[in-house]
Amino acid sequence: MHTATTHAPSHGHGHADAHEHHEPGFWSKYVFSTDHKMIGIQYGMTALIFLFFGFLLMLAMRQQLAYPLKPIPIVGNFLAKALGDDMAKGGVMQADLYNAFGAMHGTIMVFLAIVPLAFGAFGNYVTPLQIGAPDMAFPRLNMASYHLYFWGGVVMLASFFVPGGAAKSGWTSYSPLATLADRDHLVNGQTMWLIGMVLLITSSLLGAVNFITTIIQLRAKGMTWMRLPFFVWAQFVTGFLLLLAFPPLEAAGIMQLVDNVLKTSFFLPSGLVTSGGPVPISGGGSPLLWQHLFWFLAHPEVYVLILPAMGVVSEIIANNTRKPLWGYKSMVYAVLGIGFLAFIVWAHHMYLTGMGTKISTFFQTTTMMISIPSVIILTALFISLWGGSIRFNTPMLFALAFLPMFGIGGLTGLPLGFNASDIYLHDSYYVIGHFHYVVAPGTIFGLFAGVYFWYPKATGRYMSELLGKIHFAGSFLCMNLIFAPMFVQGLRGMSRRMYDGGATYFGGGLGADPGILELNKVITHSAVLLGFFQLPFIFNFFWSLYAGKKVESDNPWSATTLDWQTPTPPPHGNFAVEPVVYRGPYEYSVPGAAKDFTPQSQPG
Amino acid sequence: MEIPYTVKPRPDTGLYNAKVGIWLFLASEVMLFGALFSSYILLRVGAPDGFWPDVATGWPHGLLNIPIGTFNTAVLIISSVTVVMAWAALKQGDFSKFRRFMLVTLGCALGFLCIKTYEYNEKFTHYVIRMKDGTAVTGHLDINGHSPRFWTLATITDKKMTSVKVHVDVPNQFRYPVGMKRPEVSHEAGEHGGGEHAAREIKTADITFLQAFVPATGTFFAIYFTMTFLHGLHVFGGAMVLGYFTFFGRKMYESDPERMTNRIEVGGLFWHFVDLVWIFLFPVMYLL
Repeated sequence: MHTATTHAPSHGHGHADAHEHHEPGFWSKYVFSTDHKMIGIQYGMTALIFLFFGFLLMLAMRQQLAYPLKPIPIVGNFLAKALGDDMAKGGVMQADLYNAFGAMHGTIMVFLAIVPLAFGAFGNYVTPLQIGAPDMAFPRLNMASYHLYFWGGVVMLASFFVPGGAAKSGWTSYSPLATLADRDHLVNGQTMWLIGMVLLITSSLLGAVNFITTIIQLRAKGMTWMRLPFFVWAQFVTGFLLLLAFPPLEAAGIMQLVDNVLKTSFFLPSGLVTSGGPVPISGGGSPLLWQHLFWFLAHPEVYVLILPAMGVVSEIIANNTRKPLWGYKSMVYAVLGIGFLAFIVWAHHMYLTGMGTKISTFFQTTTMMISIPSVIILTALFISLWGGSIRFNTPMLFALAFLPMFGIGGLTGLPLGFNASDIYLHDSYYVIGHFHYVVAPGTIFGLFAGVYFWYPKATGRYMSELLGKIHFAGSFLCMNLIFAPMFVQGLRGMSRRMYDGGATYFGGGLGADPGILELNKVITHSAVLLGFFQLPFIFNFFWSLYAGKKVESDNPWSATTLDWQTPTPPPHGNFAVEPVVYRGPYEYSVPGAAKDFTPQSQPG
Repeated sequence: MEIPYTVKPRPDTGLYNAKVGIWLFLASEVMLFGALFSSYILLRVGAPDGFWPDVATGWPHGLLNIPIGTFNTAVLIISSVTVVMAWAALKQGDFSKFRRFMLVTLGCALGFLCIKTYEYNEKFTHYVIRMKDGTAVTGHLDINGHSPRFWTLATITDKKMTSVKVHVDVPNQFRYPVGMKRPEVSHEAGEHGGGEHAAREIKTADITFLQAFVPATGTFFAIYFTMTFLHGLHVFGGAMVLGYFTFFGRKMYESDPERMTNRIEVGGLFWHFVDLVWIFLFPVMYLL
């Protein structure tokens, strides 16, 4: 069987051949691997596929918003056939389908694409390398995490085809809506969603235990806490967020599952009446309980999405400015501060639930406080650029774009953190613009940067710079054309929940505002264009495996951290000799040093 | 390739990997059960004002079997002691002593689960019946001498039964919150000695609602069954792991006794946590 060993420049061919008969078979090498690098790649490939799938769901929704009740191009007939008339009659997106796609877009992007990519893929591949460990602390648990994630994804995908279609109550799945949708079907989309979530949560919990243990226990000799690369710190805090924030959602998920299957009333209040009459339940439950448990996870989840990207960006900025990170220690304390504060801000998602002024003051205060460490990190990264002779390669471009994009996303969040302004902005397109700026041109750019940056280590070849720059320029432009108009729409009061994009609402003479609706077309066309600008990336990703420029050394970016002091690609066990660390992570351009970088493992 | 500190502790942390891992895992378990206990509090505080015998709306008291629950608590605490004794025996290098203590632990686990199953079955055959006149009773149905599981009003109408015989519960002091006055009870079925189970024929036409004590019956039962079932799964899982080492651990013990002892220590930590959850569950569900 053909393997990637021939790409290894640091291994002679004879050496590779001698080991040929030790090569494990296809199943144990690619499917049931316990090697953190292969598991990282599995996570990465699966997550990228889900990322693209989630993007396609959104494209179909955007088409509906720009051109309401027109058939979906290309896939319309297929959807009508596959999902039935209730969902896509004549290829036109029906309200139920819009709701299902919306809920699944959110779920897939957060739980199946970004977290697995940021934490599962980069965390798995890079963290053990950067701390000088031969593998994760629990390799088989690591494999189990990936497989649970995979099956969670399969359950989510299968849910499109159960009677009544996939979950359609938003990624937040608020009860009683989520519990009552499709209640007449024994196995419905929401039930599938919950089963999928329990699998995904279990996967994340096992992953978090593994990551934290690895970072605590398997640091190489001399790798003290303050010599850890910032990426590792970010993963460490992310691990704790997942470990402690996810179980309450697991509890909530179990309770909603019991509500759905055994017809209990955890989240269903007394006296619940729908268009079908009184709902035959005991009642006595609390819809607010679901919201509390959900946001207790889902706010820390925001930091799970952003911190690993910050870690990636920090590594790339230090490497390409050829300077130490400015304020490394402040950044470390800031990331720890974020980790702590992330647990006490959740109810700022719930200002409209009628909470008292005292409670809302508490959550407004903590929400403002958490912006401080975020700003510390961003400021430190900006100042790190000062006076550097910057190398503008593709990873650096993405990393640089991350800074203002995350800045816009973060700053537009402040009005949402204040009760008074949130009451106006809540549930509008402004909210969508805000969090997408954080996650799409923010996190995803950070992760793209990481793909371009570590690709040479994983494969022994560079990705094409030209295609990378096309990918970057196009994505940067389109992302802004998509999300900036949403602020305008939201400020003008456009609700995020209208499946025809507000045509009925605005068109019916109720404050008709054609300009706002025209923006839907701008956004949709930009989204399609964004899709086309991903093609160079996809092509580049596969083409470079075979035809990319080969790396000249094991350390092609002249980096300081331990991940670059391994053979390329790193073999099972990672390091040729056990690494010993003598210095901090970012000793670039040290005056008097022989080269402009001094690896952590260099003695003296 | 050898992963460091799988058996020997790392000098600066003083812990081997699995011990760090299990404590982290237990932290997440604390958050899991913590969320469920918080939910219990919120549901109870927000429960409507109804009370027994209308268990379907209010927050019922005293419907769980306290003596049996107490016994089960003792069973789990004993198992916690024996799991430590088993670990200590391994530390002393006495494998057969380890096995003896571990068998007691596993016996306790099995006993606990059997008792829990019995309790569940008691609930599934115990009914709340609401009448047209607004009153409600709890009790056991009497269908040819035994109470069936999971019946509802629909079951009775489907069977075209015009009436159903019920052994009605007589309220005892546990069934009311502290300070609430206990209503007068008419001992209409004096021929049975006026005890707990006065038999009564109730006309099907008079019944508006009939349901066993299943999760759907009310939020109390919902959280009771969810939490105790989840706890039961933990008992089962822990027993499987400890059982594996009891029956198949000798080989590992002979080749690497320290590794085996560590495994038991980690398994024991989990087992203590499972006991601890029950020590909270018992008073919260049965007594308060």
